[in-house]
Amino acid sequence: MELLNAIVVLANFVLIPALAYGSQIALGALGITLIYGILRFAHFAHGDIMAFGTGIVILVTWWLQGQGIGLGPFPTALLALPVGIVATVLYLLAADRTVYRFYRKVKAKPMILVMASLGVMFVTNGITRLIMGPSEQRFADGERFIISVRDFRDWTGLAEGLAFRSAQALTIVVALIAMSLLFWFLNRTRAGKSMRAYSDNEDLALLSGINPERVVVITWAIAGTLMVLAGTLYGLDKSYRPFTYFQLLLPFFAAAIVGGLGNPMGAIIGGYVVAFAEMGITYAWRRVVGYLGPEGWEPAGLMQILPVDYKFAVTFGILVLVLIFRPTGIFKGRTL
Amino acid sequence: MSEPVLIGEGMTGGYGGADILHSCTIAVDKGQIAVIVGPNGAGKSTAMKAVFGMLNLREGQVRLMGEDISALTPQARVRKGMGFVPQNANIFPSMTVEENLEMGAFIREDDFRGTMDQVFELFPILRDKRRQAAGELSGGQRQQVAVGRALMTKPSVLMLDEPTAGVSPIVMDELFDRIIEVARTGISILMVEQNARQALAIASKGYVLVQGQNRYIDTGQALLADPEVRKSFLGG
Repeated sequence: MELLNAIVVLANFVLIPALAYGSQIALGALGITLIYGILRFAHFAHGDIMAFGTGIVILVTWWLQGQGIGLGPFPTALLALPVGIVATVLYLLAADRTVYRFYRKVKAKPMILVMASLGVMFVTNGITRLIMGPSEQRFADGERFIISVRDFRDWTGLAEGLAFRSAQALTIVVALIAMSLLFWFLNRTRAGKSMRAYSDNEDLALLSGINPERVVVITWAIAGTLMVLAGTLYGLDKSYRPFTYFQLLLPFFAAAIVGGLGNPMGAIIGGYVVAFAEMGITYAWRRVVGYLGPEGWEPAGLMQILPVDYKFAVTFGILVLVLIFRPTGIFKGRTL
Repeated sequence: MSEPVLIGEGMTGGYGGADILHSCTIAVDKGQIAVIVGPNGAGKSTAMKAVFGMLNLREGQVRLMGEDISALTPQARVRKGMGFVPQNANIFPSMTVEENLEMGAFIREDDFRGTMDQVFELFPILRDKRRQAAGELSGGQRQQVAVGRALMTKPSVLMLDEPTAGVSPIVMDELFDRIIEVARTGISILMVEQNARQALAIASKGYVLVQGQNRYIDTGQALLADPEVRKSFLGG
């Protein structure tokens, strides 16, 4: 019983939330790693464009809700996703046309492209705040829980409850589908293989007749789709605030670098590593230890290594450690 | 004399700045092997790159089967039937051997299974390793992947830039045997080689370049027999 209670507490407060959060980070990091592999620069506008795309999804969701259109138990935002994705991809392509393409043509150093993306980041940030405002927005609807704490307690008779929210389930399922589709695309289709070829050896890809501009367009399209998915799922699971989305840049980059830049599988693993580390280190282990330890040994303190406010410090710490001891990441990626 | 399959005639030019090639001529006939040799810095690779359109020529022209292709980009030349194997970075390391070959056939709209089978027959080791990442193979095997990739477009001319650079002598002999086999299928071969002696032994025509100019042009055997060529370029 004690052991079961410990597992339930852990699942409720660490495992399930980290799995959902990790999936959201993985989707964002996949975009970062793809852009790095193909366009060869660190895309700093990722978080803010994610906020922009999610903003569009929210506007469409509100409109649909106003029209009385919904998906029953599922969030209405799912219906709005396609609009957000199309808008975001168009936005990215416009940014590519007006900003990045010029620097590609003059073969600018990667750092210059990074600075250009920083500019795009500021512009996007402004646009998002003009449309959505800086404050928190709610757009989640539909069934809130798949398993609620009370139901779980009634079913199992355990002292501890476990909640499994529909947004968490949706995140995990959608992320799995998106990742499988992405790997199928990269490994099985001609366009996907041409992307990998271009990432591997740009000159040889050119010689083989692969059109780099086409590869670039496909890359933005995929990255844009992943951004809107990550952003919408994050918003449903937690909440939407442009500034929070900007802050997600750090875990995104940490995940991509931990996994090995340019390696999609690495980005996914890296996403979960970062999420579990953040959650595990900022979680108060008191109750888990209380259940597992002998009677009466329940610790007086919270058994929390760092307060939750420091979760980004955890990510930053992982990033620094990886850059010092294994700069190519878990799977050998490129170094920055 | 009939028109060769590929000829770079009177090529003069460089990478901007001073000229590297001075009225240099390189040609190869159908199904034959032409080899460019010469001392370091003689412009061997540059001459080959000039033929492939990777540097601007001030004078001279390049003709492929009688057609002037001097103004075409390297990619366009590939579509016209030229295959090129660069000296370095000539494979996609993280992709499997099979995917490397598929990328070689990227411009082909038709079914290229047959060509892939031919490549596997030529390089049987690649069939065994076709699901393995090309970057994990040995140096000699990588070169086979690189040559196989270039063969996937069914080129009329295959250009090899130092195909035996950095491989062991045994592997080198093996590679030369394969190159002869490729030539027997009717594909003309133009290659730059550091190992002049072995390369001239299999060459129907040899070009000795010195400072971007043609010094000697003759059959491979004649060059090997020429005491002056031996003394200056083959180490006695």
